[in-house]
Amino acid sequence: MNGEHERIEEHREDEIDFVEVEKSSQFKSFMEGKRKFIIPMSIFFLVFYFLLPLFTSYTTFLNTPVFGDITWVWVFAFAQFVMVWVLSTIYVKRAASFDDEADQIIEDQIKQGGNS
Amino acid sequence: MDTTVVILFLAIVLLTLVITFFAAKQTKSTGDFYTAGGGLTGWQNGLAIAGDYLSAASFLGIAGAIALNGFDGFFYSIGFLIAYLVVLFLVAEPLRNLGKYTLADMINSRFDKKKIRGAAALSTITIVLFYMIAQLVGAGALIQLLFEIDYWIAVLIVGVMMTIYVLFGGMIATSWVQITKAVLLMAGMVIISFLVLMKFNFNISAMFTEVKTATSHGADYLKPGLKYDDGLGTISLMIALVLGTSGLPHILMRFFTVKDARTARSSVITATWTIGIFYILTLFLGFGAAIFVGESQILGANPGGNMAAPLLAEAIGGNILFAFISAVAFATILAVVAGLVLSGASAFAHDIYGQIIKKGNVTDREQMLAARYAALAVSVVSILLALGAQNLNVAFLVSLAFCIAASANLPVILYTVYWKRFNSQGAIMAILFGLISALVLVSISPSVFSPVEGAALFVGNPIFPLENPAIVSVPLGFLGGYLGTIFSKENDLKRYAEVKVKANTGYRKSS
Repeated sequence: MNGEHERIEEHREDEIDFVEVEKSSQFKSFMEGKRKFIIPMSIFFLVFYFLLPLFTSYTTFLNTPVFGDITWVWVFAFAQFVMVWVLSTIYVKRAASFDDEADQIIEDQIKQGGNS
Repeated sequence: MDTTVVILFLAIVLLTLVITFFAAKQTKSTGDFYTAGGGLTGWQNGLAIAGDYLSAASFLGIAGAIALNGFDGFFYSIGFLIAYLVVLFLVAEPLRNLGKYTLADMINSRFDKKKIRGAAALSTITIVLFYMIAQLVGAGALIQLLFEIDYWIAVLIVGVMMTIYVLFGGMIATSWVQITKAVLLMAGMVIISFLVLMKFNFNISAMFTEVKTATSHGADYLKPGLKYDDGLGTISLMIALVLGTSGLPHILMRFFTVKDARTARSSVITATWTIGIFYILTLFLGFGAAIFVGESQILGANPGGNMAAPLLAEAIGGNILFAFISAVAFATILAVVAGLVLSGASAFAHDIYGQIIKKGNVTDREQMLAARYAALAVSVVSILLALGAQNLNVAFLVSLAFCIAASANLPVILYTVYWKRFNSQGAIMAILFGLISALVLVSISPSVFSPVEGAALFVGNPIFPLENPAIVSVPLGFLGGYLGTIFSKENDLKRYAEVKVKANTGYRKSS
């Protein structure tokens, strides 16, 4: 029963022209929006992360005290945690709007076989 | 052995068996077995991811590393945590949108080549086996200390338990054991941290001041560089941590246990918060152990520092807290090895048997049977290897697993989703370059060869200077993928358009 169901779905999928979907201005602007968000964010957190071992290995300025015996290196380490929480919250917010766009594309493009 | 310890130990065993019993009733199809039918909710899966990640190595290892090495121990916490941003931003959603049960499924959504599936399954199996032996040997040694029983009995208990969970309860049992353990572990961490902080009237600055004089390192304890004094080595370790996590098969598998990319995303958020809080608390455990247990006692119990957390529990919470933390450590080990067995079994039974040998022509019943045989085989082989490895220094296996994951799995994942020109030749080369370079470089590194007897697997001078070769092997994985691609004319743009649309919109046949 299940097998038959899948065959019907596959047949329909053959008719979808994904190249057309990919070329559509709707999909292109969707991808552009994603790219503009994901690439700068990813570069930012990777740079912020690798600055920690770079600074601790090749400089000593992080050993300056900030508060009592807590030095900058600890502040920088905690900042990494804060960054993770902030960025993941931002991501979820943005992703919700991407979801709406994705649903729209499935509705407008894919379900029309990519020919709209 | 103490009575409280025995009671809590048995309670954990009983609880997990009850979970397995109910899970077994629900495991009716192959999908149930591998991915709990994709039926976990975001927070459940988030806790299970956290559970997968918070292994005994994280819990006991990092607490010990901070207790002994101060700031340098904290590097691990940060690396593991940032890895979740890599997973969230780059891996989780495309993986969920394209894959079914395994990493190979996702790569094969773009290339229908048996060779690629085989290569991906090979890297998964290699990682699982190495990581598992390291966990089992560590677990054996730890349980031996906690419960005062022989090493081989300890390994057998853990081995038999993990086999039972996976064989009968599949992913449903494994997930719920994982969730239970994550909750218990967080509770344990919070209790210990609270007690430690209470000793300083909740003044964190006072704790820093106290720890400055508590160890033989003096003020250097709070500065980086105590253990990792070599810049390249430190950066290489940080690369392995941040990229390795996002390529570990038992972590990747967790994105197939939810129904769609949205749930996958929300599970990463739960996991990130849980893990973030956990890793902050490792600091209180580490400092607490350095202050209230003391360096010599920690080293005396276990040279790797693995007993720091249980000893701290005993020092500030007495026998009952010690028993509780020991039982949680035991549950932690069980849950993580069960997850590993399952990801190894899926590579064998789904990729190699189901898709390569049988070309996908298997009934659901046959597949599930194959999965159970594979789980049994993976368990037996790793138990036997772990029994034989008792006296070996297996610390290098963990760095090896992370290096392979970072070098062999991550490049091919990123290329498959994001690189238009990428082709099947490139996919094979990316996996093989990463896998082989990680294997070769680790085997000639200081983790395997040390002039000091007992410090590594063999006595001798290492040819490669870094313990963690990720700084070389990860670029080699990317290079392999690049070269393989440009030296082959093959390029299926039509297929890439399909993969790109599906990876980004989450469109599936059935939706």
